[in-house]
Amino acid sequence: MRTPTFNWVLWLLGLAALLALPWLVTSEYYINIASQIVIAAILALSLNLLIGFGGMISLGHAAYLGVSAYLAIYMTAHAGFGQLSGALIAIGSTTALAMLFGYLSLRASGLGFLMITLALGQILWGIAYRWASLTGGDNGLGGMKRPHPFGLDLTHPAIFYYFVLFFLGLALWCIARFIQSGLGQSLQGTRDQPRRMRALGYNVWLIQWLSFVFAGFWGAVAGLLYAYYHQFVSPQALHLTTSAETLLMVIAGGTGTLFGPVVGAALVVILKNVVSAYITRWLILLGAIFVAIVLFMPEGLLPGLAAWIHRLKECLHGDKKTTGVSAITKDRV
Amino acid sequence: MTTPALEVSGLSRFFGGLPAVRDISMRVPAGERRLLLGPNGAGKTTFFNLIAGDFPPSQGEIRIFGENVTRKSSNQRTHLGMARTYQIITLFPKNTLLHNVVISLVGLRKLRFNPWSDLRQQAALWDEAQATLALVGLDHLAERTVMETSYGERRRLEIAMALAQKPKLLLLDEPLAGLSADERKDVQHLLQSIPRDVTIVMIEHDMDVALAFADVITVMQHGQVVVEGGRADVVADPKTREVYLGH
Repeated sequence: MRTPTFNWVLWLLGLAALLALPWLVTSEYYINIASQIVIAAILALSLNLLIGFGGMISLGHAAYLGVSAYLAIYMTAHAGFGQLSGALIAIGSTTALAMLFGYLSLRASGLGFLMITLALGQILWGIAYRWASLTGGDNGLGGMKRPHPFGLDLTHPAIFYYFVLFFLGLALWCIARFIQSGLGQSLQGTRDQPRRMRALGYNVWLIQWLSFVFAGFWGAVAGLLYAYYHQFVSPQALHLTTSAETLLMVIAGGTGTLFGPVVGAALVVILKNVVSAYITRWLILLGAIFVAIVLFMPEGLLPGLAAWIHRLKECLHGDKKTTGVSAITKDRV
Repeated sequence: MTTPALEVSGLSRFFGGLPAVRDISMRVPAGERRLLLGPNGAGKTTFFNLIAGDFPPSQGEIRIFGENVTRKSSNQRTHLGMARTYQIITLFPKNTLLHNVVISLVGLRKLRFNPWSDLRQQAALWDEAQATLALVGLDHLAERTVMETSYGERRRLEIAMALAQKPKLLLLDEPLAGLSADERKDVQHLLQSIPRDVTIVMIEHDMDVALAFADVITVMQHGQVVVEGGRADVVADPKTREVYLGH
């Protein structure tokens, strides 16, 4: 059995940097940007489950972010529910929605699947936009206050950052376990050889549906944190551009890798929030960076960098031996 | 009368107006080695795909060990004891040989739906996969990725993945296709070593190898069965010559 590569030093360095961030970056603005990155990373991680590990390209993933955020705000600020019950309803209902959307979307594959997810996402956007009495329409829905779990003051930017960072860690842990589990491995098999998997006794549809629901659950968690962060939600959260941005994060960081979407989320959120303050046409820069990634690192930033480092090491050691990389067994960066 | 391993009756499949398989009826008793012969385009692989459940028949019925599976999916049929190999090798090229066999083993276990247990920690599973690879003589290459193996080794891996599931009915689609003379001997030897309680239905073009292997031979042409019987009968039948030589 292949021994997984697990660079503890890199892990610890990365973890230390993330934990030390509020001390390194004293500006509240940048701590808030970091919180946004973390929330976007959770959403990108959940989409990566579908795209990277399942081969199901979805353009409707903003649905889970938006629905969860709308529900959390509506339940706590308008329907009189407490923070915990509001959060549970938001996550539970959004996961149930993922069950329905998965059932509908998985009636097709490839382009058909993409179009159904796009259509379902746009239906929700239309509802949020037009059903003004419930959703506030174009004005959005606000009035939410951040909760105080275990006495933590989440209005403080650094504490909120650690709060969302905890959920990112939890998401990474659960997803890492999932991709090495029987179901996760089955999902990757259905991505590569669906016909063969059926012949081996796997119910491909059921495996994809269960994974779709799991991805929807983490999308809902991201939506809840989004609601806590902004204390406001508008139809923009459900819009196609949000789904496309998330897709961009996954592709830029590296599909089918554990940490790629986190890097992709950091890239897109920083460009969107920080670089846009200095460059008016930041979208052109984002486009240029994306084209460069596709041209020079088609597998994404993280696998691309890993490959470059690997080649550099080979050059330094004069070792030309290449080894195949197992998509399933080998832990990927 | 014992229940046959495979029984098809009046099986047809049309692609648009084109009949790929026409009104085939066949009974394969348990433990039999059945050979499907026929020129390219005779409908052998389509017939195989119908039995395997890759697509439904236009007409007719399929029974595996007495159970009507006509409307069952291919994965449900696999759980009844059927396994198959492919004419065009269908493996997981970036994975190790060992992992390919593990994927095959997990297909019949509840573990395939487990979202939490780390597959790498299932030592018994990996040991079983290693033992299966030893059965086909590939244990020394267990840690190699499929990409790093030869065509003949991949053919043997295909068979290993099917055997790992301990099938009662094994469908082999041209297991010797594209192999060198030495590799053919290896695979031939491997096929001979499969226990007799496993029913085998095989498509093969190499007459010498196939005739030595089969108990009963079915010759197909234009989607239909033209000759069926024992080795001597089929070889002596003028229709067989007509199918292969055109006169």
